[in-house]
Amino acid sequence: MKRRPIIKSVETKYYEQRDALFQGLQNLDRRSFMKVSMAAMTAALAKGVEFHYHNFLPVNVVNAAPKPSLGGNTGAAGEAQGQDFTFAYISDSHIYERELNGRFVRQLLRAVDDINSLDPQPDFVLYGGDIAQLGAPEELKLGAEILKSVKAPVKMMVGEHDWFLDLGERWMDLFGAPNYSFDHKGVHIVVLQSVHEEDFWTERGMTPEERMLTVAGLDNGIQSRFKVGAPQRAWLQKDLEKYSADTPIIVFSHSPLYHYYKPWNFWTEDAPEVQTLLHHFDSVAVIHGHTHQMLTNRIGNIHFHGMASTAWPWPYAPEGLPALTVQMNRADPFNASDGLGDGTVHVSPDGLVDKLYNLWNRNPVQVTSRYVNSNGRDAIPQQPNLKSY
Amino acid sequence: MEAQKAIAAKLLPGRDVTQPPAPVDAELWETVVVPADNRMTRERVALGKKLYFEKRLSKDGTVACATCHDVSRGFTDQRKTSEGIGGALGQRNSPTSMNAFLMETQFLDGRVPSLEEQAKLPIVNPMPNEQAAITAIKRDADYKDMFEAAYGSKPNYEDLARAIAAFERTLVFLDAPFDRFLAGHENAISAEAKQGWELFNGKARCMSCHEINPSNPLGIDNHFHNIGVSARTQNFENLAGRALDMLSEGGGMQTIDRLALETKFSELGRFLVSGDHSDIGAFKTSQIRNIGLTAPYMHDGSMKTLWDVMDHYNGGGETNPFLDGGIVPLELSESEIDAVVAFMFTLTDRRFADQNQTIMREQKQLAARKRPFRNTAMAEGKILPFEPEVMGTAQNLGQNPEE
Repeated sequence: MKRRPIIKSVETKYYEQRDALFQGLQNLDRRSFMKVSMAAMTAALAKGVEFHYHNFLPVNVVNAAPKPSLGGNTGAAGEAQGQDFTFAYISDSHIYERELNGRFVRQLLRAVDDINSLDPQPDFVLYGGDIAQLGAPEELKLGAEILKSVKAPVKMMVGEHDWFLDLGERWMDLFGAPNYSFDHKGVHIVVLQSVHEEDFWTERGMTPEERMLTVAGLDNGIQSRFKVGAPQRAWLQKDLEKYSADTPIIVFSHSPLYHYYKPWNFWTEDAPEVQTLLHHFDSVAVIHGHTHQMLTNRIGNIHFHGMASTAWPWPYAPEGLPALTVQMNRADPFNASDGLGDGTVHVSPDGLVDKLYNLWNRNPVQVTSRYVNSNGRDAIPQQPNLKSY
Repeated sequence: MEAQKAIAAKLLPGRDVTQPPAPVDAELWETVVVPADNRMTRERVALGKKLYFEKRLSKDGTVACATCHDVSRGFTDQRKTSEGIGGALGQRNSPTSMNAFLMETQFLDGRVPSLEEQAKLPIVNPMPNEQAAITAIKRDADYKDMFEAAYGSKPNYEDLARAIAAFERTLVFLDAPFDRFLAGHENAISAEAKQGWELFNGKARCMSCHEINPSNPLGIDNHFHNIGVSARTQNFENLAGRALDMLSEGGGMQTIDRLALETKFSELGRFLVSGDHSDIGAFKTSQIRNIGLTAPYMHDGSMKTLWDVMDHYNGGGETNPFLDGGIVPLELSESEIDAVVAFMFTLTDRRFADQNQTIMREQKQLAARKRPFRNTAMAEGKILPFEPEVMGTAQNLGQNPEE
């Protein structure tokens, strides 16, 4: 009688893995263990613990070596130099009034709940633009109302869906100026309005609603490409003059500050000019919304990171995808949350960032500065854990 | 056990077990269902059947497979969670062993891939080791002969598990009124159940996970989903944190083992097996065959009636950070809920028609008195999932502008 060979069954492997987990746990403190939640992963990232998400064993401190402190005159932010910090982000919620469509509101609420349960809390939350779908006052008001519940301070950025019904009038009432800058723990942070357009509406006699609907589409042959615009670039240049080259800079912009895919307007026309203003800084990170994708790019010294949306995932463009991008594969059409999420960004004292995508239906994906700095050779992020649908 | 054996004899009349059972595709049976090293023979099934009812396999001689997978109770124990030796309550609701042969994985967290592997675990668990179970039966002359006839060997643990699995492959209960309806008998199910079937495939979204058709008769996707049942009573972060606290107190392996058996720790579900973040609190989609017989429902048996189950889904599950994104509020009306439930009661094998009727009546009465999971405001979108957590108590978000 042929006997079944003694193989390592799923059960055995399970027990082995479980044992390894518990062994591993004993080497960690309580806070690090909490990596089962996004909160914990953020906390642990701050400590330089790297995770292997697929078997949930903490892989030992790989990037824990303290970064050399930065010397030199750091201008206005000098006092606080050397601290690291974390901020969270929520982006591209595209809410309608709830009577019309509750789904996007629910997903924004979910993101707020995620961020509110982070422990420790982030220093601030960056809202990456497009809180409204069609810029309606009710949508913007509803968005503001929900964001009031965020425990950490909220920094707002504007997106084209917020802007083109009334050219930002209502948004600015609620949230203030669309471009501003501030210093935080040694890092100079700039928020831009990068969705300016050439006037295509006046000559055509379009109503504000028609203008908004035109811009809201993924592609159309009418609108121009987004711009930061000359006046704002002049403002930025002046703003940056105060800072020495070794001051870490983080720029928030709704559209990606590089040329990605023109037909879909994942494109900022004057991005090269803006990059020129940033090139002489040692360390620059640009965090953008708009593309609803995990997206990573590097141009010279500038690291670019696209945020996840809470509303829907866009497919990747057919060409021009930055080589460093870790792709989300096609989302599950039966799962309204797939391909969506929020996240956190850990900022090192040198201004470089490790970004954690908290995907609601999948394992988190971490894109570190080490990965970007090495042009994709080191610290390669885990692929998303689901097969493409 | 004697009573159960009598019922089993009636339910499973003499049939040539070496042949595929009528409703199962022969090709599938030969190539996928029956493993090459455990072909179906009459001797193996007979041995497995005897072992299924064998209490001596348990540490104190009180518990058999048939204790938790009771033939008279739809092959479950119809308890919230199962009772083991010494009256100790387990952590999870025991799933039915009916039709279990068609599932890709076994256990609610899918931690083993086959019935053979499944059969071993509940025995190892309370027993000091597998040898103890074999010792308990090996001097029995009957068993000696039966093992010899079935596998040509002395009683041993591997063959014991194989025999139980072979018997379980005879637990085929796929002849329900619904099957007759699918086969073209329009009147096999009521008009209400037909409406329920449409809702099942449409508005109620059941088929997203419970797709059921002739080639997938169990109505399962063989995947794992967090629908929030555990989140109702605890949050996962605390659970994980507490496990760590207990470990930090020392005690090594013993503590580790106690922790793994600790009730609430098991609520992490599939995550303990896969380690995938997205599997936290996720459990295997249960078969909906014979669902009328297998109350209470969910991995922890926390729902008494199918109306409770519908209420749970109608409200969009239980909100938690790991909730499956396919779970959304459904806006089903009361009559629509009734219709889906009526449909589900047509999935019970005809051999249990009487029992099915009785249970349906009892559940209906219970549901008329108490619907603990009903949340109409959530189901209709008047409150949104995550809204109470985020905005405090339910507010009319954006519905009542002050200006």
